[in-house]
Amino acid sequence: MSGTCEPMMTSNQTLFSYVLRLADDHLILSQRLGEWCGEAPTLEEDLALANIALDLIGQARALYAYAGQVEGKGRDEDQLAFMRYERDYQNLLITEQPNGDFAHTIVRQFFISAYMDPFWRRMEGSKDDMLAAIAAKASKEVTYHLRHTSEWVIRLGDGTRESHERMVEALDDLMMFTGELFEMDAVAQEMLQSGVGVDASDLKAEWQHTVQTILQEATLELPKAGHMQTGGRMGRHSEHLGHILSELQYMQRSFPGLTW
Amino acid sequence: MVTIADLGILRSIALDEEGCIVAQVTPTYSGCPATNLIQQMVLEALHEAGFENVRVESVLSPAWTTDWISSEGREKLRQFGIAPPTETSNSKRALFGETLVTCPHCGSGETERVSEFGSTPCKALYRCLACREPFDYFKCH
Ligand SMILES: [Zn+2]
Repeated sequence: MSGTCEPMMTSNQTLFSYVLRLADDHLILSQRLGEWCGEAPTLEEDLALANIALDLIGQARALYAYAGQVEGKGRDEDQLAFMRYERDYQNLLITEQPNGDFAHTIVRQFFISAYMDPFWRRMEGSKDDMLAAIAAKASKEVTYHLRHTSEWVIRLGDGTRESHERMVEALDDLMMFTGELFEMDAVAQEMLQSGVGVDASDLKAEWQHTVQTILQEATLELPKAGHMQTGGRMGRHSEHLGHILSELQYMQRSFPGLTW
Repeated sequence: MVTIADLGILRSIALDEEGCIVAQVTPTYSGCPATNLIQQMVLEALHEAGFENVRVESVLSPAWTTDWISSEGREKLRQFGIAPPTETSNSKRALFGETLVTCPHCGSGETERVSEFGSTPCKALYRCLACREPFDYFKCH
């Protein structure tokens, strides 16, 4: 009966899409953090940002490799990471936002870490063994990212007038990208219903609690939630992604299949 | 020398049904740059030992933990100048939980963390307040 086959196909495509977007989140954010290499305020912080980027690229690799396996068309992690077009990337818009000053980088990483921490912890209970295994590693790693960025948020917020003002500005600029974190589109819904995915909308309260606790200690406030930007999951990106990809994909576009 | 078995990276070596030697390794951190190199070197070591039919597999689950570092491995790390992880990893530490790290050079408990992130993803950077030496601490994970 062909009718019993079709839902299988569909759910495989949904799983592919779900894993791919998670991989895109981590790849793009990692690429952004990598831009700090050699430029961070101190040597220790240079190492820290590079280490966080490395964790993210490791998570992205595992996710891309799995996505390729699920898709079953022979695309490997490199092809998925380097050989797609801008509109095919489904990363969250916050991950592609420019580094800005150090305050912007820290707030972006803090917002995302406070989200990924409960996200990966819940994913550990996924019915999908591979996603659960990736989550078990990632959830340990993101704990450090959250702790590290939290310390900076407090230090900068409760620091000098200059650092405080820059933090206020960064919070104002990035707040509009946080709504997308908790959206549940059809792909996410289907994955949730099949016991594979995480209910992102359900993470909002915990995220707000974590963020507000730290901000309070930092003498900062979470800006009022106004208009929220969205579109990353549908491949609608800000003008920044194209520039990231031109750098990220340069070698593979110039010399397809290049290895070293 | 600290071996990958001491560190709990080498999970198992077994024969599969076709008589192929399968070595299972697990990454410490997702992004550990040494992962590929370690797999390569395990393959080479097996080849050099005269085994032709060999394979290296990467396993993610269960996730690597510092609890798998043997007591011998811990002592070797200390002798190498790297402070071994101090506690078991099962507790999700409080956000600002501080650990007491002992200096691998002079044994003093008077140390301070310079950075959560050290020369590799698995290590943090510390400084001894007694002998003033900086050192790496193998993070509890
Ligand atoms: Zn000392």
